[in-house]
Amino acid sequence: MAKTIQQINERIASGEAVVVTADEIIGIAEDIGIKKAAEYVDVVTTATFGPMCSTGAFLNVGHTTPGLRMEKIYLNDVEAYGGIAAVDMYIGATQASIAQGDEYGGAHVICELIEGKEVKLRAYGKGTDCYPRREIETAIRLDEINEAYLYNPRNAYQGYNAAANTSSKRLYTYMGILQPNLSNITYCTSGQLSPLLNDPLYRTIGIGTRIFLAGAQGYVAWMGTQFHSGVARDEDGRPLSPAATLAVVGDMKQMSPSYIQPAVFEKYGVSMFVGIGVPIPILDEEMLKTVCIKDSDIAMNILDYSVSDGAKPILKKATYAELKSGEVDIDGKKVRSSAITGHNKAREIAELLKEQIADKAFYLTEMVQSFPQGNKLNSLK
Amino acid sequence: MKTRLLLSFPHNLTAEPVTYTLVKRYDLIPNILKADIDHNRQGSLLLEIEGEQANIEDAVMYLRGSGIDVQALKAAIVIDEERCVECSACVAACEIGALRCDEEFKLKFEADKCIECMLCIQACPLRAIRSIF
Ligand code: SF4
Ligand code: SF4
Repeated sequence: MAKTIQQINERIASGEAVVVTADEIIGIAEDIGIKKAAEYVDVVTTATFGPMCSTGAFLNVGHTTPGLRMEKIYLNDVEAYGGIAAVDMYIGATQASIAQGDEYGGAHVICELIEGKEVKLRAYGKGTDCYPRREIETAIRLDEINEAYLYNPRNAYQGYNAAANTSSKRLYTYMGILQPNLSNITYCTSGQLSPLLNDPLYRTIGIGTRIFLAGAQGYVAWMGTQFHSGVARDEDGRPLSPAATLAVVGDMKQMSPSYIQPAVFEKYGVSMFVGIGVPIPILDEEMLKTVCIKDSDIAMNILDYSVSDGAKPILKKATYAELKSGEVDIDGKKVRSSAITGHNKAREIAELLKEQIADKAFYLTEMVQSFPQGNKLNSLK
Repeated sequence: MKTRLLLSFPHNLTAEPVTYTLVKRYDLIPNILKADIDHNRQGSLLLEIEGEQANIEDAVMYLRGSGIDVQALKAAIVIDEERCVECSACVAACEIGALRCDEEFKLKFEADKCIECMLCIQACPLRAIRSIF
């Protein structure tokens, strides 16, 4: 029997909703079968905690008197974008500090604000009739500024290629250190817990979907950038290469440093570990089938990162389960594989979201608009 | 045998002639790897000590008896478990397999395998691994 999101929310409100994680549903469906499981379970929680470069925050720090039109802005010596209204700014996670270089960046500033720490603000303007002031040097704290919300243009990739290196030189990448001569593989995504892999054709995840974002209740704001829903798929609709992404938004004042952490990738730069959880309503048997995706069902391409000119060749097509086993056979060579993602954090988020829903602290939303299917990617000429 | 000891001094003891006593009384050869002594605050001293095992044990007793905290260090790196998010980026860097992940994605460090190449320090995106030197 099919359920609606409204009915599921009513069950949450009455404390009857059955909520399980995307790890747990696999065993439940094996035990009682797809049909019974679809009736029994209302929501399946999914999550990921990985480095997501396309992360940043809009801040409004409040006006001074006389006013200053902030055009050049630095937060703890990290430049924030000031090309919007007077005291609005965007601080991007990957922006490096002018004082400390790649060891400190926008991600650190965002996290220090979330931790409640004081952040040094320097801002300059040319001085106008309505904003005569030309500079300011002061300190801000999250609870003292107006709005502060994360707006991440591209998070939660639906699958991501694994990386290796066949050259004779060690590579330092955003996928971590890749040892020379095909000595190791690194991979991201949270496998069977991954949000978009549990809803491969975006039946329930769309614009307006309420999510767990770094400890706060956030929303899917839009399709993420580089949205590539038009990739080749298997017979169950699962993408065979990286596909959709999410643009997400959430209130920094509700976030917790436990679920968002700055990252520094050696000789690459600053990034951010972002924790995202997405609840999937079990509308019918079809939906239940898709959330039963297992690590062994997830196709992962292992790409050669030593090739930088043109498309990186695929060294091997493996499954997530193979990568997770710690060793993958490539042409007879046993190659070590390890993650660049916080698996246990992802599990923790899926568990936490499950508890929040069971405790009536988190309700599901109907999406406002669905994502486009068949979207293609353009390259820069 | 050789062993590495990290001594932490309370502020009233930072001037204690520790190394002298180790040589004279316990017949040990101390090699100072790192000293961080501020006469007004707590200090620390990283020593590599060579000598008879029994003498090293006696010396540790003596140091502890005089109010110095002594930690035996097996490896050149320390992982800050508070900061670690178990992302396993360090596992990728550790070719020798001293750092690895178990099936539950818990980070395991086998200090006696470590060859002190220090690559994991660069690899850790959380900067949760530091050198003891
Ligand atoms: S120092 Fe080198 S050998 Fe030791 S744990 Fe780190 S990477 Fe492994
Ligand atoms: S790289 Fe750092 S944060 Fe990641 S598992 Fe290793 S010590 Fe922990």
